[in-house]
Amino acid sequence: MHPTDFTLAGAAEALHEGLISSVELTQAHLDAIAALNPRLNAFLAVTAEAALREAAASDARRKRGEARPLEGLPIANKDLFCTEGVATTAASRILAGFIPPYESTVTAQLRRDGAVFLGKLNCDEFAMGSSNTTSAFGPVENPWRRGNDPDARLVPGGSSGGSAAAVAARLALGATATDTGGSIRQPAAFCGIAGIKPTYGRCSRFGIVAFASSLDQAGPVARTVEDCAILLRSMAGFDPKDSTSADVAVPDFARACARGVKGLRIGVPKEYRLDGTPAEIAALWEQGLAWLRAEGAETVEISLPHTKYALPTYYIVAPAAASSNLARYDGVRFGHRTNGTDLKDLYERTRAAGFGAEVKRRILIGTYVLSAGYYDAYYLKAQKIRALIKRDFDEAFRNVDAIVTPATPSAAFGMDEKQDDPVTMYLNDVFTVTANLAGLPGLAVPAGLDHQGLPLGLQVIGRAFDEETVFAVGGAIERAAGFDALPGLRAGL
Amino acid sequence: MSLDTATVRRIAALARIRLEAAEVERMQTELNDILGWIEQLQAVDTAGVEPMAGAGAVALRMREDVVTDGGIAPRVLANAPDREGEYFGVPKVVE
Repeated sequence: MHPTDFTLAGAAEALHEGLISSVELTQAHLDAIAALNPRLNAFLAVTAEAALREAAASDARRKRGEARPLEGLPIANKDLFCTEGVATTAASRILAGFIPPYESTVTAQLRRDGAVFLGKLNCDEFAMGSSNTTSAFGPVENPWRRGNDPDARLVPGGSSGGSAAAVAARLALGATATDTGGSIRQPAAFCGIAGIKPTYGRCSRFGIVAFASSLDQAGPVARTVEDCAILLRSMAGFDPKDSTSADVAVPDFARACARGVKGLRIGVPKEYRLDGTPAEIAALWEQGLAWLRAEGAETVEISLPHTKYALPTYYIVAPAAASSNLARYDGVRFGHRTNGTDLKDLYERTRAAGFGAEVKRRILIGTYVLSAGYYDAYYLKAQKIRALIKRDFDEAFRNVDAIVTPATPSAAFGMDEKQDDPVTMYLNDVFTVTANLAGLPGLAVPAGLDHQGLPLGLQVIGRAFDEETVFAVGGAIERAAGFDALPGLRAGL
Repeated sequence: MSLDTATVRRIAALARIRLEAAEVERMQTELNDILGWIEQLQAVDTAGVEPMAGAGAVALRMREDVVTDGGIAPRVLANAPDREGEYFGVPKVVE
C-alpha cells in the first residue's frame, strides 16, 4: 500500500502502531504534489521544508509519548486561511505579497492538535465561484475524467476546488475549506470525496479572508465521512475573537459516524425535485433514501416552499456583504497598489487591477443593492425572504431529524462549459445555498457514479449544532454506497 | 429595473473600481442579467416578516471595555505598500 492511500484515520492508526513515521508520510505526500501538481494546479504554495521539520518534531514528540489527536498527519489549507509568515492570497492579485502576521483560529487549532501543513490550496478568487476558474493563479483541474471523453479537462467545482482536487488525488490526507453557498459541498461532490459545512458559528471565522460574513463557515474535506468528523473536531470551538462564534461544546463527531439511522425520520423536500435534473441524479437520490430505509430510518416527504427563491436571495445578501468586506482592499495597508494621481484615483486603479471580473461583478451588484433608493427593494427584501427560508427549515425540523437531497444538479463539467453567463454558473449551488442562508450544517457524501464514470454526491442537512446526526446519516449512506471508484489522476499509481 | 451606463459608472465610482470605457457596456449587460434574475423576489409576500441579518445568535455577546491588543505598530505596518515612520503612506490629500 502506498502511504498516500491511507485515510486520515488509517494514517493515524499506522503512525500509532509505528508502521510509518510522519516524516515518511509527509515525504510521500510532498512527492505526490511534486509529481501531480504541475497538472492539477491545486497547490498555490508548498511549504515542504517547514512540513518536514514539523513532521520530524512530531515523530520526536510521539516517541516521548505526547501524541496529540492529529499528530503528524499531513493536511493542507485553502488559501483563504491566514497562516502566520506564509503568503495568503485568496487566489487574488490584490493580496499580492501579503504575509499574515497572525494565524487563523482554525489553522491554529489544527496545529495545536499536531497536524502537519503541506501548503496553501488554490480556490476561486475570494471564494467567489463554482468551478475554480476565477482564481488569479489559473484553474484547478479535477483529477477525475469522463470514461467516454478522457481528454476533456473537468472543473473540480468551487470555490474550494484546490482542497477537493488535492484530497481526491491523494496529495493530502484532508484539507480545510470554506463554504458560503456550497463551496465545500459542491467541489467535494464533483471530486468524489466528503465535505461538511458545519453550523454557522461552529468554526471561528477569525483569520479567514471574509467574503459574506453571515454565510461564511469553515469546514473540512476528506476522503471519508469519519475523516471529516475527526478534522472538524479540531477545527471547531468557541473563539472570543469572532463575535458570531458559538459558545457550544464540541462533541466527538467521529463517534457519531457509526451510530446508525435506526428510528430517524429523514425529510425529502419535494421542492428539490427540479425540472431538468438528470434522471441519474434523481435515481441516486431515491437509492440513497432506500439505503436509509433499509437501515431502519423512515423517509418523509416535506415541503420547503421558499426553496426556489434561495439562490436569488443569496445573490443579493452575499454580494452586499462582499462589497462591504472587500472595501478594505484599498492599496494602502497591504497587498497590491497601483499608483494614481490622487488618493481616489489610487483606490480605483488599485481595485481595477487587483480584482478579477467575477469579484468586480459581485462588488458592483452589492454596491447597487445597498445604494440609496434600492436598499429596501433589494437588500431588505432579501433579508426578509432569508427569514422565510429559515422558517421553512424550522418547521420541517419539527417533524424530521435530517434532510437528504442531491448535492449538485450535475456531475463535474468541462473547464470551457458554463462560462458564458454568470447566472448559469450560479445555478450550481441550487441544492446547497439554503443551508448557508439558514445557518444549518450540510454534508456532501459520495454515493455513486454517473454514466460517464464521474462521481455524484448526496447532501445531508441537519438541525443547527446537530452535526452528529448529520454524520450518522452520512456514515450510513457511505457504508451502503460502498463508493470505491478512484480518479484517473492520483498519487501512488 | 434596468441599469443604464450612467448608473453603472456611478456604482463603479461608489465601489472605487475604475472601469474603462470598453468595460462599461459588458458590465451593464452582465449586471442587468443578474438583476433581471433577482427580480423574481418581488413576487414573494414578505408582509410582517422581520428581516434576518445573520444566521448566528440574535444577541451579540458583551465584554469588558478594556484594551486587549495593541502596541504592535511594526507588525501592523509590515505589509504596507508605502509607509513613513509609523504611518501608512498615501498620495497628498490636502493641498
